[in-house]
Amino acid sequence: MREAAVGTIARQAEGLLKVRQIRFHYSSQATVRQDGERGFEIGPMDLAVRPGEVLSVCGPNGSGKTTLLSLLGGWRKPQTGEVLLGGGEASRLTARERARRVAFVSQESPLLFPMTVAQFVLLGRYAYLGGTGFESAADWEAAQESLRRLTLLELASQRMDRISGGEKQRAILARALAQQPELLLLDEPTANLDLNFQVEFLALVRSLAQKEKLAVVVVLHDLNLAAEFSDRVLLLRRGKALRLGTPEEVFQQPLLESTYGLRLLVDRNPVSGRPRISIAARTSGSGDR
Amino acid sequence: MTFSPPARTRNTEGRLTLGRVCLTCGLLAVALAGAGALALHFGSAGELWRVLFGGSPATPQERVILLELRLPRVILAMLVGAALATAGACFQSLLRNPLADPYVLGISSGAALGTILTLLLAGGDTVAAPLAAFGGALAAAGVVYALGYRRGQFSGYSLLLAGMVTASFLSAIIVFLSTTLSGSDLRGLAFWLMGDLSLFPGFPLSVVALPILAGLVVVYRFAPDLNLLLLGEDEAARLGVNLKLVKTVIYVCAALLTGLSVSVAGAVGFLGLLVPHLARQLFGSDYRLLLPAGALCGAILLVAADTLARTAIAPAELPVGAFTAMAGAPLFVYLLRRRTPS
Repeated sequence: MREAAVGTIARQAEGLLKVRQIRFHYSSQATVRQDGERGFEIGPMDLAVRPGEVLSVCGPNGSGKTTLLSLLGGWRKPQTGEVLLGGGEASRLTARERARRVAFVSQESPLLFPMTVAQFVLLGRYAYLGGTGFESAADWEAAQESLRRLTLLELASQRMDRISGGEKQRAILARALAQQPELLLLDEPTANLDLNFQVEFLALVRSLAQKEKLAVVVVLHDLNLAAEFSDRVLLLRRGKALRLGTPEEVFQQPLLESTYGLRLLVDRNPVSGRPRISIAARTSGSGDR
Repeated sequence: MTFSPPARTRNTEGRLTLGRVCLTCGLLAVALAGAGALALHFGSAGELWRVLFGGSPATPQERVILLELRLPRVILAMLVGAALATAGACFQSLLRNPLADPYVLGISSGAALGTILTLLLAGGDTVAAPLAAFGGALAAAGVVYALGYRRGQFSGYSLLLAGMVTASFLSAIIVFLSTTLSGSDLRGLAFWLMGDLSLFPGFPLSVVALPILAGLVVVYRFAPDLNLLLLGEDEAARLGVNLKLVKTVIYVCAALLTGLSVSVAGAVGFLGLLVPHLARQLFGSDYRLLLPAGALCGAILLVAADTLARTAIAPAELPVGAFTAMAGAPLFVYLLRRRTPS
């Protein structure tokens, strides 16, 4: 017990996820960008995320936010520098090892054939399957436990294509939790949800991060949601880290205005005390008065 | 930390266990044995029961018909039915398209071309033909894969169109080559192209039986991976699937199963489409059950279809592929209309 606690403290001190001086660019930059923008290099960048911490990544479209996530999870390897996950290089892990440590949540993708919520969540146990290819009692327990945490037990036997968008997003998160990861990466997880579900989902992610000591990195477009739900924010533009710090440190009017090319008003949310970002004027291109 | 009692284990959520798979497949195997016995029984001569269980002793002629003509043919129907159903299920997951099928995608045509080439060049060598069919299937699958893959994913229509184009291109070559054949060979070829299970006497069944069985076993080892591939390649990789390995093995095995089937039975159409969909309706879409149950259903269906083809207008025979295509083509249209791939 004491050893475990010491281990946790040591891990917290050094950071579960450590990024040292990474640089990355796509080998054929012309084919990658779909928005017509020319390719750019990501980094050089340093970053550390502790267990229990929620780090938001914000920035204009095409800043390299999603690419950064795939570097953090080790699905892509940086050209220079290293991404360390619990001390080892992330890109060296096998797919199976990685799936036990890193889970990735994006927007829901359509399913080809119907399956129940429980079956869907059990897919998160793939990386733990033994030789028979069938889930053990422990796998089943883990899936049930993630269903319970996300209050999906009632829906377990429902078909995935018959539940609401918010419930689907929770099922995807439940599948990620069933992987029992240390690092949870989320790519605009709330893009398809209404405001109510967005808040509910992010509050859930936050409480899971604290309870399970998960390190969470979440790409968010909505700056107000990022301000409310994250411990720290990384502001990216064209692959460069403009600022990394608490929401108060990062969401400052001049920095945000120059990053987004938009006149903004930044004040304090009277209820939460967190920064609040409002649009002060339209973009200069469409009628700045 | 609050303690919560473990949730009661209900199986309404579709948990699949090895026991359930074994039970289902056991029952299907019994049905298959029954279908095989009936297929042996029906025909122009020699009733099975009398040969097996006496009564009046069977004539040597009846023995030959049953054991040397009908039995290998029934076994072949089982193998080909299982192989095509499995290949179809593999392609559906690999290409993430519910309409994928070796016949629709032109992969059977590749195998047919390989077989015909050995027929013309090596005179129908019993080892060279399956090998060449395997090669042809592999090449055709590679072409379809390359043509249908756009921006890291498969687009439903471009994949189907790539398959159709490949199939018609290869058919044109087959027609071109067949003009060199004489009258009776040409009729035999046309019959075989439609799918025909009548082996020439003395064909060593094990040449195709062993590789088909091996292919089925290997594919089954990857059933959990095929489940995840249905979610798309990126998602499968993030959940722990070794994409390069799984895709290579499944692609090679599916081509092997298709190639070997075509080399002995011709292009039996739509079985790879028909059976996995039927099996999904009956057993759900988990590949750990779908693959073995689908293989057994494919075997049962092809044995039944072949018996029908053999006896419907006896003493003449129909190509069995005509039956499967008549059932499969309307199903294809139904599926296409119901869920149009994006």
